[in-house]
Amino acid sequence: MGLEHALGDSFLTTKLDDAINWCRKNSLWPMPMGISCCAIEMMAFAGPRFDVSRFGSEVFRFSPRQSDVMIVAGTTTYKMAKVVRKIYDQMPDPKWVIAMGACTSSGGMYRTYSVVQGIDRFLPVDIYVAGCPPRPDNLIHALITLQQKVQRGESKGSFPSYVGDPKLNQPQPLPVKAG
Amino acid sequence: MDNGFVLEKLKARFGEGSIESSVFRDELTVVLPKEIIVEVCRFLKEESQLEFDLLADLCGIDMYTPVKRFGVIYNLYSLKNKHRLRLKTFVEEEDPKLPTVTTVWGTANWHERETYDMFGVVFEGHPDLRRVYMPDEFEYFPLRKDFPLMGIPGSIPLPKK
Amino acid sequence: MDTRTEEVSRKSKILQALEDQNTSVTFDDPLENDMILNMGPQHPATHGVLRLLIRLDGETVIGCVPEVGYLHRGYEKLAENCTYHEFIPHTDRLDYLSPLNNNTAYALAVEKLLGIEAPPRAQYIRVMISELARISSHLMFLGSLAMDVGALTVWMWAFREREKEYDLFENIAGARFTTSYTRIGGLAQDVTPQTLAMVKKFIDEFPGYLEECERLLNKNRIFIGRTDGIGIISKEKAMDLGLTGPGLRACGVGHDLRRANPYLVYKDLDFAIPVYEGGDTLARYYVRMDEMKESAKIVQQVLEKMPAGEVHALKPKKVLPRKERVYTKMEELIHDFMLVNFGVAPPVGEIYSAVEAPKGELGFYIYSHGEGSPWRLKIRSPSFVNLQSLTTMMMGAMISDVVAIIGSLDPVMGEADK
Repeated sequence: MGLEHALGDSFLTTKLDDAINWCRKNSLWPMPMGISCCAIEMMAFAGPRFDVSRFGSEVFRFSPRQSDVMIVAGTTTYKMAKVVRKIYDQMPDPKWVIAMGACTSSGGMYRTYSVVQGIDRFLPVDIYVAGCPPRPDNLIHALITLQQKVQRGESKGSFPSYVGDPKLNQPQPLPVKAG
Repeated sequence: MDNGFVLEKLKARFGEGSIESSVFRDELTVVLPKEIIVEVCRFLKEESQLEFDLLADLCGIDMYTPVKRFGVIYNLYSLKNKHRLRLKTFVEEEDPKLPTVTTVWGTANWHERETYDMFGVVFEGHPDLRRVYMPDEFEYFPLRKDFPLMGIPGSIPLPKK
Repeated sequence: MDTRTEEVSRKSKILQALEDQNTSVTFDDPLENDMILNMGPQHPATHGVLRLLIRLDGETVIGCVPEVGYLHRGYEKLAENCTYHEFIPHTDRLDYLSPLNNNTAYALAVEKLLGIEAPPRAQYIRVMISELARISSHLMFLGSLAMDVGALTVWMWAFREREKEYDLFENIAGARFTTSYTRIGGLAQDVTPQTLAMVKKFIDEFPGYLEECERLLNKNRIFIGRTDGIGIISKEKAMDLGLTGPGLRACGVGHDLRRANPYLVYKDLDFAIPVYEGGDTLARYYVRMDEMKESAKIVQQVLEKMPAGEVHALKPKKVLPRKERVYTKMEELIHDFMLVNFGVAPPVGEIYSAVEAPKGELGFYIYSHGEGSPWRLKIRSPSFVNLQSLTTMMMGAMISDVVAIIGSLDPVMGEADK
């Protein structure tokens, strides 16, 4: 009602890709791959104080077939890497990956025989979040940066022709904002 | 009940020669040969005044000496008397075999699997001796002193990107 | 007429043909075969990366094999390459629901090895943070058990309380979650009176909030139906399998390390140990709820009895000296240099020191060769041992009870896999 009152009897013109990407970015349903301590901060990020459902991530779908973005939270060991990859392969396109925490970005404080030194050795990653564990505010900032990326139609893992104009999939520098 | 009492009962039952003991920070450590370890454990659990009925911890240690390289350490606790005791045995590098204590305490099952996984000490008579932390196909024993911290590249496969 | 008889005769031929065909097939009774179900490492209700292979006969569980190791990070090998101080942040990530408790346990173990003791004010603060960490861990248990059996509101309320505790931890230690607050010989820094006032406010209001959650669950027919009589383990089997902590206290054994071998200042504090008979999920739930109330009582007593004084022990060669002395005096500068680069050097020997963590008995076995890093550090984690009893608890339960049983055992995989 409010929208029709504001816009009046007229119509909007936009590109179809922009409209679809706008819908996609405001309803990103995450699949939480909660492995260790970062999972607790991810639960707090879904909890009552840092409520993430106001950004569109209403439900945390634990089934990969029904989700858009996989948040890998926690140290990935070699034994677990096979499982994470299997679940990533089951997600339908377009899909994005957020690597949460220091352990997934680069192995973190564990330079040992059983920890994979960064999940980008076997998964294409879109957003890296720093912290050990990152605060939930940090993770919300990551989600908003991902939303900007989705609006532009970029996705590192998906087949490009599903996500907007292939020309847009060239690497572009992200605008750096303060605060 | 105190350390002296426990040591006396052990020496009375198993003889002075095979038992060495030491005390550090009020904790008694008893070193035993590996042949009598199951009998000693059963005696400690069932004897009416001792009753060490909780095996708190069972771990391995790599002393990195040419003789008696691997040690296995049993940390016992008595719920009734609220007293702790430590037993130690050593095995050689060429033949790291030891009888299992799962018949005495059921909790030793996973602890012995962990010691096998990390050091390669084989427990004879164990119902299900396989690796617990590393994948089953892993060929090395990580907590030995000659295994590097960073691991051996290629020892565990990684999925392709 | 002719066509009609033709039709009739045609139909009967078809019927004849059908009746002559031998179309019977025999099936094995599908309810008589076993099925193996993989409740994989990635599952919303397995409390982390625990893999369960369950053998089912219809809907009844007849066998279960837990598989751990999906979070094995190599702590014990790391400890052999770190100094004693450098290992403190690693202890946070063991039982990541109550990091302050693990810090305290490790600091106590190394202090026992060195033969030093922290000053009284540090001991009282350590008791306070251990009990706050216990409340935080049990709140998480409450939220996840309730969510697993279907009561989602309780999860939200438990998280609201946990967020208040995170504010407290931030004021005390500087980080919400992985705090690394204790040091060998004391604490990182002192607590301010404003922080103590915040703690007092939280503890005064906490039993009221807990009662709200209890009102939703304790007399709820669905909750009791899903937890009463589920996952029973007998007293003898529990002691044989090494189960400790709330699991053991729910079987009728009143064993708590804070009472049996008191450490820190628990001797001077007045608190009860809740013990319930039954050994089932509901008993474990009651034990943990009562423990939270006892912890609140302990924190109130600590706040009243807290003495003034130092929070660092004054043992120059073993405890990191304070920064203002490091910058002004020569001996402290040298000690600081030696301790940070080469580590505290305890005498040759071995100790085993255990505390009562929220999940059970958390023990550290340290063998020292006289150098700055331990020769062997073994962590006796309660969740690793508690998971062994999962097979016994699941015998004869239905498949939908598996989730409630795991929730009541409350394993934390960061600790179980080290």
